[in-house]
Amino acid sequence: MAIRRILIANRGEIALRVIRTCKKLGIETVLAASEADLDSLPAHLVDRTVCIGPGRSSESYLKVETIVQAALGVKAGAIHPGYGFLSERAALVRVCEQEGVTFIGPTAAQIEAVGDKLRARAEAEEAGVPTAPGGAVENVDEALVLGREIGPPLLIKAVGGGGGRGMKLVDRLEDLPSAMDMAAAEAGAAFGDARVYLERFVARGRHVEVQILGDGKGRIVHLGERDCSVQRRYQKLIEETPAPGLSAEFRRRIHHAAVQFTERLSYRSAGTVEFLVDLERDAFYFLEMNARIQVEHPVTEAVTGVDIVAEQIAIANGEGLHLQQQNVHRDGCAIECRINAEDPSRDFHPSPGRVRRAQWPSGEGIRVDTHVTSGARIPPFYDSLMAKIIVHAADRASALERMRWALAATHIEGVATNLAFHQEVLADPEFVQGGIDTSYLPRFLEKRRAVQEAHAHG
Amino acid sequence: MTLTAKDVAEILRLLESSSFDSLSLEMNGVKLNLQRGSATIAQETPVVAPASKTAAEAEPQAAPPPSRAAKPPSEAGLKDITSPLLGIFYRAPKPGEPPFVEIGAKVEKETVIGIIEVMKLMNSVRAGAHGELAEILAENGALVEYGEVLMRVRPSS
Repeated sequence: MAIRRILIANRGEIALRVIRTCKKLGIETVLAASEADLDSLPAHLVDRTVCIGPGRSSESYLKVETIVQAALGVKAGAIHPGYGFLSERAALVRVCEQEGVTFIGPTAAQIEAVGDKLRARAEAEEAGVPTAPGGAVENVDEALVLGREIGPPLLIKAVGGGGGRGMKLVDRLEDLPSAMDMAAAEAGAAFGDARVYLERFVARGRHVEVQILGDGKGRIVHLGERDCSVQRRYQKLIEETPAPGLSAEFRRRIHHAAVQFTERLSYRSAGTVEFLVDLERDAFYFLEMNARIQVEHPVTEAVTGVDIVAEQIAIANGEGLHLQQQNVHRDGCAIECRINAEDPSRDFHPSPGRVRRAQWPSGEGIRVDTHVTSGARIPPFYDSLMAKIIVHAADRASALERMRWALAATHIEGVATNLAFHQEVLADPEFVQGGIDTSYLPRFLEKRRAVQEAHAHG
Repeated sequence: MTLTAKDVAEILRLLESSSFDSLSLEMNGVKLNLQRGSATIAQETPVVAPASKTAAEAEPQAAPPPSRAAKPPSEAGLKDITSPLLGIFYRAPKPGEPPFVEIGAKVEKETVIGIIEVMKLMNSVRAGAHGELAEILAENGALVEYGEVLMRVRPSS
């Protein structure tokens, strides 16, 4: 049964991204949009829009039954969930299976296997993929025993957390009992699951992730890695591929680990395995797996020429993998900057509102994924991502130069953005050199604040 | 003095050529609220957001039109009954049974006028107004969207 019509259960740039590939493939699209998004660019470019509810996500984009009912109502054979919202909700996949609607993504069991962070850790161990020293702890006594064994600093992580949510850093063992109680209570409140586990905290770690595609029958192809170490409070800001400064051997090992992990799950669709790279120890540890398409997928598309959304659809359609590993070639360097409607001078406070003017760059090696045009509104209900500017060039230095030019050619009026902040980072010698770790951006912000204060008082 | 359609058109033109995004006018008991653009999100300017209230908590002031424009009402003063959910609309409690309401029926606010099915879960839709049923727009068994006009009521004064 070939997929002829897809319901897109998402909004913004990723909705537009899915529409673009569907048009190319000759597949009809229906946008499940909230009331706040009825006048958005995706709603204008899609074949049909259905209004699923009011602006607030909990009453629209997060309603499993409404989404499936919309797909059935418009006779869409498949649902593309994008990222965020219901993309990693096993319940949606189950209802889809019951109703005979194809879910463009992994199986419910696979989502559950990686959604429970402790189970994902165990899966990694079973697959022979390195994990950071640590493990499950049921109570404070167990935590103390394990904590002494690993040695501080330690991270207490929520089993139901992920993406930086539900974590606590403990510098001294004597602080472990109180931090553990607090972490369990917070995890219970935030995720409905009070279980926590301990892991060694790697202070100078880099965030490197590997993009994979799986046919659901045990065959996996990887599309190389991405370095996403430029993060503020676990929110990625700049992503690039290849990860700077890794040896060919290290790169091969980390790619192989991602393949091993997902092979064991017979993973279906596109997914990303995240690792913490500890270059001091020449080691990497499994962090978590994201069972969806990711925001930063375009950098991988730029260097490989693979349309990841098209591959997702082909896999969901039962066509299997079009690619063989030996046919995946990675060419040059790609960088992505996330342009957010947020104000760096006000601690990156979200800045929704009406965009009076939006001018995006274009030219050789420049790609812009955005739903924001002049006059568009940034509703206050959703994340502040306005656009992703992606550049591709032969090497990192040329890619950086191209990105500076692309950012300079971008003009946004009406809402505050982090455009100028990106330019500052791109001009910073440490970032330009490449290979920074996740502690880089907080240090950069601290330095910047000190300079600004000196100016204010001088 | 009252506002004529010509006056409103003139005001609209003035707003269009001005640098303002909205205009509120109140005179002789007539209230006019105008806003640029089609969507009407309450929080226009980010700088006025109080620190204690996050952006996500801000409520929209008015609903933008549904994605499918409804047929215009046949007479003035009719009140729309809009769909509270996306789902399949049924006019009768069960197949083969008579519809809940027909044109001309007297309805109260709590009168059930139809059912919306969302994945086998039945939700009743109420008239929300006191009066007489004047128009039926939604078809039995059809997919209706959130905010779509299902029926219209001629309110009783």
